[in-house]
Amino acid sequence: MTGIVLIEIVIAAALVVGALFMLVGSIGLLKLDSPMKRLHAPTKAATLGVGALLAASMIHAFAFGDGSLKELLIMAFLFVTAPISANFIAKVAIHRGQDMPPPEPPNDDTWSTLDAPDTRPGRPDAPVEP
Amino acid sequence: MTKVRRSFLPHPFLTTILVVVWCLLANGITLGTVVFGTILGLLIPLATAAYWPDAPKGVPPAKVLVYILIVVWDILVANVVVAWIVLTRRNQDMRSTWVTVPLELRTPEAIAILAGTITLTPGTVTADMSDEGHCLLVHALDADDPAAVRDEIKSRYERRLKEIFE
Repeated sequence: MTGIVLIEIVIAAALVVGALFMLVGSIGLLKLDSPMKRLHAPTKAATLGVGALLAASMIHAFAFGDGSLKELLIMAFLFVTAPISANFIAKVAIHRGQDMPPPEPPNDDTWSTLDAPDTRPGRPDAPVEP
Repeated sequence: MTKVRRSFLPHPFLTTILVVVWCLLANGITLGTVVFGTILGLLIPLATAAYWPDAPKGVPPAKVLVYILIVVWDILVANVVVAWIVLTRRNQDMRSTWVTVPLELRTPEAIAILAGTITLTPGTVTADMSDEGHCLLVHALDADDPAAVRDEIKSRYERRLKEIFE
């Protein structure tokens, strides 16, 4: 009897921790003031939030029914895809100059996002008049 | 012999992963799922072999496991640290800054893993790469000293990845 209560407490704790981190992630998204800073809140606070919720789901499945490990797949895909979407949003922020300009790279010419031909009239890559 | 094995099993690790993922998706180990998973695990690497001509070989599993454990632990710490900064620090007091990380790694797979690790761990997001691929641009949410952030990334993650892949 006490064993079941103990497992239920663990599941409840995991759910509360998960919900708390999701809440903090959302607050960060609202509160922070530049696109790059905002990116920090969802990429981290949300990964642990979802992780804790999925852990609760797994414990529940193993304690009260047939065990399930599908949640591991959700976690793995989340951890693989979160950095990629974050990278795309960061590239857009750099490209549109919405944040402070990045410093020069120490051993190359420029950042790959900014490495676009400058086609304005009078610039090196301007289209040649026929 | 290796040549024969390579022709129908070009990437044993990918094959194993595919079988395991298929069994997890089906949520159970029965003869049917294992057989079908094995079929997929043999066909998919053959079909996609053209996309990874220089896949890294001979990756030491023990070091990979240590790296994964360190990263998971850092993700847990990162979440608490970032949550605390978000909740307690006012916007104008945050010293967010760009950090440039010169790379010693040359393997594309290793650089991709390093970039992903940086995004998932303490207060840093990988934003961009330099045009020739020798340098990463990282955004730090709250850093006193950009050089310290750079040195920690280099000593904690890049050194281990270099041991694993190169």
